[in-house]
Amino acid sequence: MTDSPRRPMPGTPSHKKARLDALASTAAPSGSSGGSAGGGVATAVSDAGRVASGEGVSLWMSAWRRLRRDWVFLFGAAIVVLFIVLAVVAPLIAPHDPATRVLIDQVNRQTNPVPGPQPGHPLGADYQGRDVLSRLMVGARQTLLVGVLATLGGLLGGMTLGTLAGAFGGWVDSVVMRVVDVLLSIPSLLMAFSIAAMFRSPSQWTVILAIAIVQVPVFARLLRGSMLAQRHSDHVLAARALGVRKGPIVFRHMLPNAMGPVIVQATLVLATAIIDAAALSFLGLGNPDDRSPEWGQMLGNAQPYFDSHPHLAVYPALCIIVVALGFTLVGESLRESLDPKSRR
Amino acid sequence: MSRYIVRRLLQAIVTLFVLSLLLFAWLRSLPGGPVSALLGERSTPEDRAALEQALGLDQPIFIQYLRFLERAAQGQFGVSTGVLPGRDALEIFLSRFPATIELSFFALTLAILLGIPLGYLAARHRGTFLDTGSVLFSLVGIAVPVFFLAFALKYVFAIQLGVLPPSGRQSVGINATHITGMYVLDGLLTREWDAAWDALRHLILPAVALSSIPFAVILRITRASVLEVLDEDYVRTAQAKGLRAATIRGRHVLRNALIPVVTTIGLQTGALLAGAVLTERVFTFRGVGHALAYGFETRDYAVLQVLIMMAALIYILVNMVVDIAYAAIDPRVRVR
Repeated sequence: MTDSPRRPMPGTPSHKKARLDALASTAAPSGSSGGSAGGGVATAVSDAGRVASGEGVSLWMSAWRRLRRDWVFLFGAAIVVLFIVLAVVAPLIAPHDPATRVLIDQVNRQTNPVPGPQPGHPLGADYQGRDVLSRLMVGARQTLLVGVLATLGGLLGGMTLGTLAGAFGGWVDSVVMRVVDVLLSIPSLLMAFSIAAMFRSPSQWTVILAIAIVQVPVFARLLRGSMLAQRHSDHVLAARALGVRKGPIVFRHMLPNAMGPVIVQATLVLATAIIDAAALSFLGLGNPDDRSPEWGQMLGNAQPYFDSHPHLAVYPALCIIVVALGFTLVGESLRESLDPKSRR
Repeated sequence: MSRYIVRRLLQAIVTLFVLSLLLFAWLRSLPGGPVSALLGERSTPEDRAALEQALGLDQPIFIQYLRFLERAAQGQFGVSTGVLPGRDALEIFLSRFPATIELSFFALTLAILLGIPLGYLAARHRGTFLDTGSVLFSLVGIAVPVFFLAFALKYVFAIQLGVLPPSGRQSVGINATHITGMYVLDGLLTREWDAAWDALRHLILPAVALSSIPFAVILRITRASVLEVLDEDYVRTAQAKGLRAATIRGRHVLRNALIPVVTTIGLQTGALLAGAVLTERVFTFRGVGHALAYGFETRDYAVLQVLIMMAALIYILVNMVVDIAYAAIDPRVRVR
């Protein structure tokens, strides 16, 4: 295999950037030449046999064919689907209201700060006498909300910047990308902490905002990469030759092709968003209002009881680990199935 | 090569400039403005007026920015309000820095010693149980919140089993001489073996917790890189020539595969810094991360300002050195 300049080796300088660029280069559709030198050729070669045997297969279709038999993907997808279903139906099936202090009369700061498991409350109650099982179930909803909104926020911001930079090039590109690269060079979690610390009274929205802003440069670089890869590819050239204007070219011809890597990245970001929210809560930068529970917040708030009642932290932590793992597995196997290079 | 170094230096300077703008904007947008942010809630009007004058808040914005740069260059970042009230912010950073270097060093060493061999083995035995297992293990490592892992380690090994100390950097009773501020090194230098051993025991749990993410990253990069190299023509050529398997593995595969791994290791400093905030907080390990965690909790902006700036500075410097080192090893990078 020849060395294609567009696809950096894993871990070339500035690993984060290189990884994003590698992901971006999987954007151009199969069969397009020029723009995605190495990738395009590899696809053409691996597809050659298939074309002869029947009708052409779209990128997504062939990805799905691979994913269908990939147990890593199926396992991750099962976790994600379960999580989403739980988030939707939890308030209906939760045995207790997550905010009601059903066991408050058992809580005694000195002798019994955290009521243990008992009939009707299989996981016990928390330090305010609220049913832990119900809080975990209902917490899925808030966790999903924080993850999705933070990811969407980062996606929207990054998409706008990246599309601007990639579609227009020139000085817009230089300015935007310089700022994006600097933002990428700050450790992301540290940046999330700093942004969250800017607000005097933290809330659910400051948490979402802090995590979303950190993801903006990530998506911006990704989008710009795939825009650049497509700018000189055949389908864009053809559209331009037909007299299609710049706007429609960007939105109808280039953006849809960039969706693959964006979806992969968004899935991975969802996992980190949920973990980061927990870290923010742990440092006291999270949402102080715990009437509607969120796993990261439950984990963060459990820290004073960790040495004496670790189960209070273990349950939400396990939920976070499983769900984050689910999203990561889905993202990683999606990435592999959409990357023409790994289709051997 | 020298042209590449100059270009990379210029790039770092531009990055620093943009970073200083960001930090300045961050300080300006703090709740209540920079004055109450730096002085805290309980400040006297005289103090406020004095600081307002000193900061030149009546001046145009770009002069304020220049003043900000000037003070940063002189190391005047204000006085701590929350972490160690009354202490100079820069001094706090300097006194805490050795502890974090020591911790990061141990964590990174651990991550390398485990990550590279496992990643290599996973790639060599692709598709086997070992491969899937170690990849899955690294994915779980990423999915576990660092501070939860720290708590769990502390609970099991310090509280339940009692084999390792739960917090701090050295036992109270130990009378150790400190030269560098890195306690293990200090103990070795002064030949106070018991002090060194004690400091090392305090390091184990935080280092393991902190190493989880770099370990996972190094493992996966090593695996991906070895897989890529195994596929190269020169490996096939070497096999066709009938070279011994050990020679191929050592000279052709591992050597080439490790180049990207080495650079990735340098770039893990960022993850280490952010992870140190959480780990040091759990183990009351008094390093930069511990100060940062309390800075965020108590909204001690004077300290945060220094620590964030220094963290970014270190990260940018390490990045630059790694890039230059990479260009020295691999000429292809210089051309891009």
